[in-house]
Amino acid sequence: MTTPSHHPGEELLLDYADGSLSEPAALAVATHLALCPECRLQVAALEAVGGLLLEETAPVPVSVDCLSRLMARLEETGGAPPTHRSPAEAILIPQPLRGYLGMPVAQIPWQPVLPGLDEYCLAIDARPIKTRLIRLRAEAAAPRHTHDGAEITLVLDGGFHDEFGHYRRGDMTIYGPEIEHRPTAEAGPDCLCLTVTEAPLRLTGPIGRWLNALVRY
Amino acid sequence: MAFAPYRTVRLAEGEALAFNAGMIENSIPGDARPPDWSRLVEAVANERDRAAFGALFGHFAPRLKAYLMRLGTEPTAAEELVQEVMLTVWRRADTFDSQQASASTWIFTIARNKRVDSLRRERRPEIDLNDPALVPDTEQPADKKIEMFQTSNRLHQALATLPREQADLLQQAYFEEKPHSLISVERGIPLGTVKSRLRLALDKLRKIMREAP
Repeated sequence: MTTPSHHPGEELLLDYADGSLSEPAALAVATHLALCPECRLQVAALEAVGGLLLEETAPVPVSVDCLSRLMARLEETGGAPPTHRSPAEAILIPQPLRGYLGMPVAQIPWQPVLPGLDEYCLAIDARPIKTRLIRLRAEAAAPRHTHDGAEITLVLDGGFHDEFGHYRRGDMTIYGPEIEHRPTAEAGPDCLCLTVTEAPLRLTGPIGRWLNALVRY
Repeated sequence: MAFAPYRTVRLAEGEALAFNAGMIENSIPGDARPPDWSRLVEAVANERDRAAFGALFGHFAPRLKAYLMRLGTEPTAAEELVQEVMLTVWRRADTFDSQQASASTWIFTIARNKRVDSLRRERRPEIDLNDPALVPDTEQPADKKIEMFQTSNRLHQALATLPREQADLLQQAYFEEKPHSLISVERGIPLGTVKSRLRLALDKLRKIMREAP
């Protein structure tokens, strides 16, 4: 099994490990981790640093009855959460994204954006950050665009290429606002991506400029 | 469920420490070795050992409270959250794997997630290591994990040798709420002094974790 060749990078992994990443970005990173043993190891090391800092921190005494109140709660129900087992078949969408999606890929109610390009918005309330699944039909090209903010893309199926490289399952790109690109899907299965965008995209191609008014990005 | 006998000892800094005298022999006064917190979590998992749980509480609860307060949680709310974290330790002790992480690392991740869940009113997306869609580790993961486990003491020492400004930055990264990272991604691509220092600190710690014992 091949492993990804484009990774979130140290800064994003640190923010994931220390808990400061927004929910949509953490979702993208955690789903990448499911596909990337290398980054899992890095996160484990960063979490070990967190454990170490917790260990080293100067303790603040808790109130005297804190332990006794807690001991009284140990019998509360909710003890054994149901262990959620997924069927052991080949699954396209790894956790935790699969749980957020809550349906098989075949049942996603896609919204057409442009010919060859569909989207489905995930219901995560983290405005202005938008979390979407994007489906780019095989060999279709998305309009050339830039972003007012950063954009994280995680490839889940198929692949795409742009001015900067080729991206396949598990690969993650992080583009800042200065980046302008035109993703084109590879031949083969449709390109399925999770995208997290901080702010609206701006189309920059000659046709794209007037599409800005029409496209609900 | 049997109540294991435990007694409470008040320590100098005011930590309430409850422990089973027979179990934590290596924590008797005069012996500098800390108790094996991993073994205590396992005792909670396997025997529902309340004494072991009390000992874990005595050690970790004041540290968790400090962690949460440094991240801006009010003392009362911090203590409520400490209870939630420790309740999760009690309930999910069976998911702890000492080959994968130390007890303090495991408890840190629980606290981090609880804080995100409750204070930011967000969900913390977590990886599921049992997910059939997970791409498994490529090379003898057991060896690497054991290596990481064994280096935790050396990591302690390494942290002590970091230059002050690097150690402070590391503390800030973990103990201070930052603006959403997407913003930091946007602004942080040309890494400033702050980030290069942080990177130096992490590189140093990572190098120590990777070196053969």
